[in-house]
Order: sequence, then structure tokens, then C-alpha cells
Amino acid sequence: MEFFQRFAIPHPSPAIYASMVAIALVSIGIVVGLTYFKKWGYLWREWLTTVDHKKIGIMYLLSALLMLFRGGADAIMMRAQLATPDAKLLDAQHYNEIFTTHGVVMILFMAMPFIFAFFNLIVPLQIGARDVAFPRLNALSFWLFFVGAMLFNISFVIGGSPDAGWTSYFPLAGNDFSTSVGTNYYMLAIQISGIGSLMTGINFCTTIIKMRAPGMTLMKMPMFTWSAFIANIIVVFAFPVLTVALIMGTADRLFGANFFTTSNGGMDMLWANFFWVWGHPEVYILILPAFGLYSEIISTFSGRNLFGYRAMVWSMILISLLSFLVWTHHFFTMGQGALTNSIFSITTMAIAVPTGVKIFNWLFTMWKGKIRFTTPMLYSIGFIPLFTIGGATGVMLGMSAADYQYHNTMFLVAHFHNTIIPGVVFAMLAGLTYYWPKFFGFMLNEKIGKLTFWLLTIGFVLAFFPMYLSGLDGQARRMYTYSEATGFGPLNMLSFVGAALMALAFLAIVYNIYYSYKNSPRNIGSDPWDARSLEWATHTPIPEYNFARLPQVSSSQAFWDAKKKGHELFKGEIKDIHMPNNSGVPFVMSCIFFVAGFSFVFALWVPAVIALIGVFVCMALRSFEQDHGYHIHAKEVKETEAKYGKVLNNEDRSRATSRV
Amino acid sequence: MKIKLLFLLSIMTSVIFLSGCEPLLVFDPKGPQAERQASDIILSIGIMSVIVIVVMVILAYILIKYRASNQPDNYEPPHIEGNHLVEAICVGIPVLIVAYLSLVSVQSNYIVESAPVGYEEQEPLVVYASSSDWKWHFSYPEQGIETVNYLYVPTDRPLEFKLYSYGPITSFWIPQLGGQKYAMSDMVTTLHLAADEPGEMLGRNANFSGKGFAENTFNVTAMSQADFDDWVKEVHETAEPLTETEFQELLEPGHLGQMTYTGTHLEFSPAPEHNHSTTNESEVEYTDHSSHDQNQTNEENEHSAH
Ligand code: HEM
Ligand SMILES: [Cu+2]
Ligand SMILES: [Cu+2]
Repeated sequence: MEFFQRFAIPHPSPAIYASMVAIALVSIGIVVGLTYFKKWGYLWREWLTTVDHKKIGIMYLLSALLMLFRGGADAIMMRAQLATPDAKLLDAQHYNEIFTTHGVVMILFMAMPFIFAFFNLIVPLQIGARDVAFPRLNALSFWLFFVGAMLFNISFVIGGSPDAGWTSYFPLAGNDFSTSVGTNYYMLAIQISGIGSLMTGINFCTTIIKMRAPGMTLMKMPMFTWSAFIANIIVVFAFPVLTVALIMGTADRLFGANFFTTSNGGMDMLWANFFWVWGHPEVYILILPAFGLYSEIISTFSGRNLFGYRAMVWSMILISLLSFLVWTHHFFTMGQGALTNSIFSITTMAIAVPTGVKIFNWLFTMWKGKIRFTTPMLYSIGFIPLFTIGGATGVMLGMSAADYQYHNTMFLVAHFHNTIIPGVVFAMLAGLTYYWPKFFGFMLNEKIGKLTFWLLTIGFVLAFFPMYLSGLDGQARRMYTYSEATGFGPLNMLSFVGAALMALAFLAIVYNIYYSYKNSPRNIGSDPWDARSLEWATHTPIPEYNFARLPQVSSSQAFWDAKKKGHELFKGEIKDIHMPNNSGVPFVMSCIFFVAGFSFVFALWVPAVIALIGVFVCMALRSFEQDHGYHIHAKEVKETEAKYGKVLNNEDRSRATSRV
Repeated sequence: MKIKLLFLLSIMTSVIFLSGCEPLLVFDPKGPQAERQASDIILSIGIMSVIVIVVMVILAYILIKYRASNQPDNYEPPHIEGNHLVEAICVGIPVLIVAYLSLVSVQSNYIVESAPVGYEEQEPLVVYASSSDWKWHFSYPEQGIETVNYLYVPTDRPLEFKLYSYGPITSFWIPQLGGQKYAMSDMVTTLHLAADEPGEMLGRNANFSGKGFAENTFNVTAMSQADFDDWVKEVHETAEPLTETEFQELLEPGHLGQMTYTGTHLEFSPAPEHNHSTTNESEVEYTDHSSHDQNQTNEENEHSAH
């Protein structure tokens, strides 16, 4: 009995029991459905074992959308609790668990997979490659992320959720003050998915360096690829810090190691330093690819090349360097003295300069353009003023003496949502709408798309701008309740209304996918938006080998020049194409990781050791394996290409491209 | 200069107006440190609003002028690589703004980290403020008294708070007197404040510290030195002494009302050794302030190694 006791959640409530039942029913439903429709084989062959970057991208995308709803549900609950003074909807413990999981889920299990989805979907196509450098590693990255996310998500039905904030500061996160296994989940789930992220970083750096199409020099790479390149370099430098910090944190919690405790030589602020040495670059890992997407979209729908391409690239490089030099601004109030604060205040505000350069470059890209107000473009336009406000409040926070008044208040919450929602979430939705036809073969409905945009924008402004005021009025963040006398009530009610509108917008996205799936025409051609870069130069749907012949590139908008200036993209004969084999190992290995993670959470050492051995066995097996992939023969490629309605010999193809 | 002031004033009034006519706490300072912070905030709001407005105006102009429906079908947007002059302006102006704000920021850092302006000459009142789950303990070593969850301070005298914690990291914050600073269990941090006028104020822990965090507040009352002295006298006449066992009970997690004691816990449970303002003296000096000024300069070195 005692053994089972520890899996019980410490603070049950009707809502949690309801979700337990819901989770059980959905799982049973999935198993029964798969069996009934005889889809197990299909699932295994086409998805669980795939190494195709496009399919992996789609899986990332679906997981991210799923997690957006999980994190969104948390957000609505928090806003509902705060909507009125002294509300009784949630108690302190639940509120703490909810804002903790909301933060973790949104940053690590929603925003990260969302950008990884776009890395996977777009980068190989944009550089004219057939896949990423290490396809099988890519699959492993995805599955590690996925099991990490699942491990984190079961915390609220087995054993208890983490409740020390997504920053998980010690000593609060130590065993003395966080007694449930929740923080163990935090340490291990993030560790497992973080290893996946690190491998993604290595994989995409290699891909972008080694696998660009002939002629694509670094300074001819499309802007999204540039942003992905820099973001992945940041991943490679930042994630090891997180890995180490989490190992130390885990050791503290499971083995009483005292790295971050306040006795026996532990240093609580060491955790804060480690966390933000990773955490601040992390926000640039998210925002730079978003900038990349906006660059592609704004340029396409303005009908113009990107203004100041070189300045854009250099500003990103500068941002990536500076992002490692500012972490201390997260604890200006730690008492580190005026000199240290001054240095970090200056480096922080300095980031505003390269960021401002980018804003102006987007504005001037639209200048003299021919602007089409499509849904992706609406998001990009809405992004500019909203993100400018978010950046401006960032500069305000960067003034460290003033930050003494903003720190830990709703002002800060308003600021970072003000950058992260128009910056990252809008970009992801814009990218989703923009690239949807390429990957699914039909357009999303524009009317519903625009309605979504307006709901989201109005909801966003209503939800977050009042927080600037309530923060300046003394409302600290992470408070589960406040009294009538504080006067925070009306502002928080306004926030709740805004959050509800945003929830509607997210529902509208789902409805749009459903509606468009039913009603949109399928004969959209390969380039429905009249776009400019290589991902649009291949067919829709994309053949598994991406390009029958690799493109020859001579500018940063190769496809546009092929269309307008008659550059020849695809030269030469179709040859055999080498492809990697599917593999079940990444999936299996990740499942073993899940078992290991779960066992560590509950300190079940026997299964933990067995699982760890299993992981090493998987790696050992791989090193003896002889798997040289397979070839798609030229004849087969030609047949496939012919099916797309175009006979592919040189002359026809170049004429075809110039006409599209 | 006049125009700038007018502009700042108008922003300030509109901020106040938006919040339903009562000034937001941060914009209602009652001491020099909070005043400095409020004026920095107003200044940065002003400058940043100009930038936001400029971006919005350019954006609106471009969207209206270059929208597709406003142009002939055969219009082909030109290929423009960039423009050095435009790019220089886009870099130059932000650099100037950031440089100016950095200058202000650095000055303010030194101001809020040292004795409040206008109070440099006076001996500060030292108060040890320590947090436990989820209470605040205020020790007045000079007066030999201790309170829980409320703070009486004299006006027109610099206040020096020595902050530490008996649990998770907390953050000591009295918005109307000045911004916050962390209280940690293995070290002491120092916050310099002063109150200009008598009145009641809100104080709270601003750093999340677990279940009781939302209610982790305290009341602050500023009063004249004479009133303060009367209060001290009264406490000595009426309050019970603080014993070690009693103090250990107070530290138990939970909420408590306001309490008053004579004596302080510093005598049997001194502040953490790792004091950010002492280098070679290992014992904590809570009665002797002679080394105070020199300590302050040491603070920085001490912390960078931290
Ligand atoms: C969809 C609308 C959203 C709403 C209404 C919302 C609301 C909130 C609220 C009420 C809090 C807690 C504030 C507090 O009590 O301290 C919060 C915290 C947070 N949110 Fe959101 N949020 C939203 C979206 C997002 C997104 C998209 C992200 C990231 C990509 C995000 C990241 C965070 C983080 C990191 C925290 C801090 C958690 C912590 O304090 O530990 N949120 N949000
Ligand atoms: Cu940061
Ligand atoms: Cu310290």
C-alpha cells in the first residue's frame, strides 16, 4: 500500500479527477480506434519509425498545437481565478502548480517544438537539400522531446505537479520546501527533452553548413535559414548549461547533494545564474526563427526583396552574442551592487539596437512594395507595433534602478507576454497559415483566418496591457489572490475578458483546420502565394526526396529569380537518389528514456538502472549496425515526377518554372 | 526642456487618469529612492512612447500608400538592396537613445544603492528585515525591539534595511519608498530607503515563496521621529521579551498577525555570516555602524565572487 501511496496526487480536486477520467478515456479510445481501423501498421511504418524531416516536422507541429491547448487551459484558469478579488476557484497550491506548468509547457513544450517544427519543415527545402544531416538523430530528437513532454504532463495525475515556478529557484525547489515529486518531474522531463533539443541544434548547424544547394553561399541563404542557423548555434552553447544545472538539481533532490541548498556550502544563487545563462539565450532561440518567418512572409506579401539583407544578418549575429551577456538582468535585485547592475543594464539595453534595425528593415521592405493583406501578412503587420511596445518595455526593464520597482510584478508578466505572443506565437500562426498549403495540399480559409487574427490581437491587448498598470500599482506576479482593498479588481477582470477572447481565437484555429479540410479546393499548384524561396520550387505535396534534382542557386531568393529572370534552377539529369531507412530505434529508445525518467522521479532504482542499461544497449547496437539506406532509382523518380503532371527534362522544367 | 517636461507631465497624468484617478503606487512616491525610480520610469515611458509612435506612423503610412489595391495591376515593386544613409539613421538614433538611457540608468544605480539624497549626513536607522514562511520579522537593534508583519519608521531619517531569509528567497518591497531587494538565507543584502512624509504604506514579499506567498505582506507606517521615539518607549513598557523558543515557534510555516517584542532575535539567532558588506570581520555587527561607509565599497567585490 505504501508503495502505491507515493503515486497519489497530494492535492486532489474534482477537476483533476475529471482530467484523469478524460485521459483514460482518450487513451482507450485511441487504442480501440487504431485496432478497429487496423492502423497500427500504418502508424508504425509511416510515423513512429519515420526519419523524413517533413513528417517529423508535422509531428512537432501537432504536439505544439496540443500543448498550446494544455498551456492555454492553464492560462484561462489563472485568469479566471484572478478576475475578481478573493476568488475561490483555485486554492494557493493549485494556482502555484498551474502557473508553473503553464510556464514550462508554453516555453519548452509549445514554443520550442513549434520552432523545431519549422526548422524541420522548411530548412532542408529552403537550402535545397533532401533531408537533414542526421535523419535518424532527428527522429531521436523528436521522440525525446515528445516523451519528455508526456512525462511532464502526467505529473498532474500521478504524484503531483511541480509548484516552484518555471524558474524553479532553489531553495524553494529543494526537498525542504517542495515536498511532492513535482519538481523531480520538472528536472527529469526537461532534461530528457533538453537532450533532444541539443541534438537538434547540432543536427541543424551541420545541415546548414554542409548541405546547402550548389551556389548557395552563406550570404545567399534565405533569411529563415539564417535565423535557424543562429538559433541552433545558440542552442548548442546554451543547452549544455541547462543540462548541467538540471543534473545538479536532480542530485540535490534525489541524493541530497547540496549544490543549491543553503547549508553545507550550497549556493542558491548559483541555480539562478545557471538557469538564466540558459534562460535568456533561450528566449532568443525562440524569437530569432520567428523573425526569420516574418522576414519571409513580409517579403513575399510585399512583392519585394528583403531590405537590408546584410544588416538583418549582422543584427541577428549581434543579438545572439549579446544574448549571452545579459542574464543577470533577471536578478538585478540580488544585491550585487551598482557596478554589476550598470554593466548588465547597458548590455541589456544594447540589444534594442540590433532589434530596432530589424523592425526598420521590415518597414522598409514594405516600402514601395505591393502589399497583400493575407492572414500570414496580417500577423506580421500586427507583430510590428505590438512587438515594438514589448521591446520598449524591455528597455524600461533594462534600467536596473527602475527594475527594482518592476521586478517580480505583473509589469514584467505583461512585458514578456508582449514580446513572446506577438513575437513567437503570432509568428508560429503566421507560419502555420503560410506553409499549410505546402504540407497539406490545401489552403486554410482566409475569412476565418482573419477573424482569428482580430480576436487574438484584441484579446491580447485586453489581456495584457492592464497588467502594466496593475504591476505599477503593486500587484506582484504569482499571487493567487488579492483583496478588494488593493483595487486590482477591475484591471484583472479586463484581463480575463481578453484571455477569453484569445481562447476563442485558438478554438477558431481548430475550426479553420476542420472547415478548410472539408471545403478547400485541392488544386492549388506548388506556389499558391507567389513566393520567393526554394521551398516553393518543389511540388505539392512534396515528394519524399524533396527535389528530383538539386537546385542551382545564385541569389537569396533563387525561386523568385527563376520565375522572373528565367534563371535555371534544375539542371542536369535525374540520377538515383540515396535515402535513409526508417528506424524504430529512436522511438523505442525514447520510450526507454521515459521509463528511466519516470523511475527516477519516484526513486525506483531497479527499473531506473535497467532502463539506463537499455539506453546504452540501444546505442551500442547502433554502433554495430550496418545500415546504408536505400536508393530510389532514376526511373522511379521520373515516374513520380511525371505523375505530378510535368515531364522533367531540362527544357520543359526551366520553361515551367519561368511560367509559374 | 519645457516641452519635454510638459510631455512627461501629460504622460504622467494620463497614466494616473487611466488607473481611475488614484495614482499607481509606484507613481506615488513617499521617499527619495522611490522618487528617483518614478522619474526614471516616467522618463523612459516618454522616450519609448515617441519611438512606438514613430514606428506606428511609418507603418500606417506605408500600409496605406503601398497596399496592393491602391496600385495598378502591372506595378512591379523595385529591387532595393538597402540604403546606407537610411541604415545609418536606423542604427544611429537608437544608439543615441540607448546611450542616454544608459547614462541615466548608471547614475540611478549609484543613487539607489547608497544613502538617499539629502540624507547623507545622518546616521541611518538600521532595521534587520528577515522573512520566514510567510512572515516578516523586523529587528531594531538600536532600539532593542522586534516586530512581526509591521514596520514603524521615522520620517526624515535614512533607513538601512539588512535583508535575509529563514527559507526560500524572498524580496522586500515597499513600492512607495523604493524598489525591492532579495532576502536570501545564506547572506545579507542591504537596501537604503528613506521616508519623506508620514503615512501608511503597503509592503510585501515580491518573490514567490510557496503556498502562503500571496498573503506575505506587511504594513509600513512612517511617523515623525518624536512619535517613533514614543512608540519605542511604549513597546519597552508593554511588550514581552522575545525568547529563543518563542522565536522558533514564530518561524513555523503559517501566517501570523502583527506582534511586538522587546529584544531582538539577533542575539541568539544572528544574521547569516556571509554578509555582503563585510570582508574580514566574521562576526556580525548590528550595533556598530562606524565601518558602514567603507563597507559599502567592499560590497561590489564581495558580490562579483558570488
Ligand atoms: C494565451 C494567452 C496567455 C495567457 C492568458 C497567459 C496568462 C498568464 C498568467 C496569468 C501567468 C501567471 C502570472 C502570475 O501569476 O505570475 C502567466 C505566466 C507565464 N506565462 Fe503566460 N499566458 C498566455 C500565454 C503564454 C505564452 C504563449 C507563453 C510562452 C510562449 C507564456 C509564458 C508564460 C511564462 C513563462 C509565465 C511565467 C510562469 C511563472 O511565473 O513561473 N504564456 N501567463
Ligand atoms: Cu533575459
Ligand atoms: Cu547574494
